[in-house]
Amino acid sequence: MIKQEKTIRIGSGAGYSGDRIEPAADLIKEGDLDYIVFECLAERTIALAQLQKMQDPTLGYDPLLEDRMKACLPLCVSNSVKLISNMGAANPAAAAKKTAALAKELGLKKIKIAAVYGDDVISMLNFNTQNFLESGDSLSVLEDEIISANAYLGVEGILMALKEGADVILTGRVADPSLFLAPLVHEFGWSLENYPLLGKGTALGHLMECAGQVCGGYFADGAKKKVSNLGNLGFPIAEILEDGSFYITKLKDAGGMVTTATCKEQLLYEVHNPAEYLTPDVIADFSGVSFQELDKDIVKVTGATGKPLTGKLKVSVGYRDGYMADAQISYGGSYALERSRLAIEIIKERLRTKNLVVEDILFDLIGLNSLFKEATSPAIPQEIRLRVAAKTKTREAAVQLLNEVETLYTNGPAAGGGVSKVVTEIIAIQSILINKSKVAPKVEYFKS
Amino acid sequence: MKLKDIAHSRTGDKGDIINISVIAFDEKDYPLLLEQVTSTKVKEFLGGTALGEVTRYELPTLAAMNFVVQKALRGGVTRSLRMDKHGKTLSSILLEMTMDTKH
Repeated sequence: MIKQEKTIRIGSGAGYSGDRIEPAADLIKEGDLDYIVFECLAERTIALAQLQKMQDPTLGYDPLLEDRMKACLPLCVSNSVKLISNMGAANPAAAAKKTAALAKELGLKKIKIAAVYGDDVISMLNFNTQNFLESGDSLSVLEDEIISANAYLGVEGILMALKEGADVILTGRVADPSLFLAPLVHEFGWSLENYPLLGKGTALGHLMECAGQVCGGYFADGAKKKVSNLGNLGFPIAEILEDGSFYITKLKDAGGMVTTATCKEQLLYEVHNPAEYLTPDVIADFSGVSFQELDKDIVKVTGATGKPLTGKLKVSVGYRDGYMADAQISYGGSYALERSRLAIEIIKERLRTKNLVVEDILFDLIGLNSLFKEATSPAIPQEIRLRVAAKTKTREAAVQLLNEVETLYTNGPAAGGGVSKVVTEIIAIQSILINKSKVAPKVEYFKS
Repeated sequence: MKLKDIAHSRTGDKGDIINISVIAFDEKDYPLLLEQVTSTKVKEFLGGTALGEVTRYELPTLAAMNFVVQKALRGGVTRSLRMDKHGKTLSSILLEMTMDTKH
């Protein structure tokens, strides 16, 4: 590749909280990286982390933080790679403190760790005048149930930390592509008003944020779309020039592949209007993006751009929304389908006679109609797993429903087996908008 | 011929909305996709599973389309009773759509 111009190499170390750690360690070791980014925060994760923080103020960060840091931090130090991640979740300061202590234990001295927060806006909610974007309901309807409200921050907090020379940056809620865009803005000195460049950096971030997915993960169909060595799937590397043109690649020895097809699938993943991909930094426009295979597993990306923002930030509001019961039982062999259907009728009747109130209930025949509506003439299955899922106001009602499935053993159709029962508290998410000017990122530093 | 013979696909989710990309393996098939895989046909195909409106965005440089489907997840990822709360399996299911190859 062109070596005279300044280039930045960024690796993607995680596509979600529970992602594999080995490919990230390989990238840091062998990827000749400047930065590694771990994207670990799904829509609801921060609400769950908030609940944890309420129980223990030293927690509320990513559950894999310690494992990831133990595997990756020493490699980051020996290879001069800076680490950026939203593993701070609901408690970036605690995550940074924990990381500082770990670094010390690992014999890594003078590591500067930044906690970026300010995304927690729960104290700014105005219950009487704000409405949820999804349901249109006033926030006041759910006031007592709300447990978290986190604004999607852009690059600003991370930029402050980079300017102060942080080696590790742990954030709370930051928009996924902004985790990747921030080091580009910092290194190239891009203006935060140069929207076409911010659009290109956002396209890079969006392609990278799901780690393995652009390298052939979530792609193979077992028949036509073949991916070699998926068992050793590698994570991606992006190399970018100052003008915002970049390519996506992977380590030579890693499994998977980077092709125009894997890039196209990932570019459109979780996108609505491709010409208007909203982030806190820019309205990115992916509609003119094109991909070109320069060599095996090297895909050049051009054509992304962007335009100015709306001045609003999206806020994810987490709230308690009752309970979910999920109980299952299997029927096999002769009349498996008939017995499953009989079981459904029995459950329905028992709920009626018990007066058990559920807000919503779903009967799935797994193998027949659980993912998609039933085919008009389905093949007769050899086995069926009946799944009863219901939403209830109380845990007690959920448990009662589960027991009505379990007792099908001795009180239902013949030869049902393998009952499973799970109750979970539902932490739901809806969104509101907030003025960007109201939200100020804050940075706090810790040293090993 | 089925859609899977000429295109590949991936689903993404946001709240109760999903998007399903449909990407031509070979760009020469893109006009056929544009003609036959309309938002009306996708809505009809997913009907009973996804309940809301379907919007199609076209990306000629990628020989791809992006379908955005409202009310697709029975209330959204965080509170859906669906087995597949994210609707991730729907992309592969859409690929079973039959293509009319009479002309």
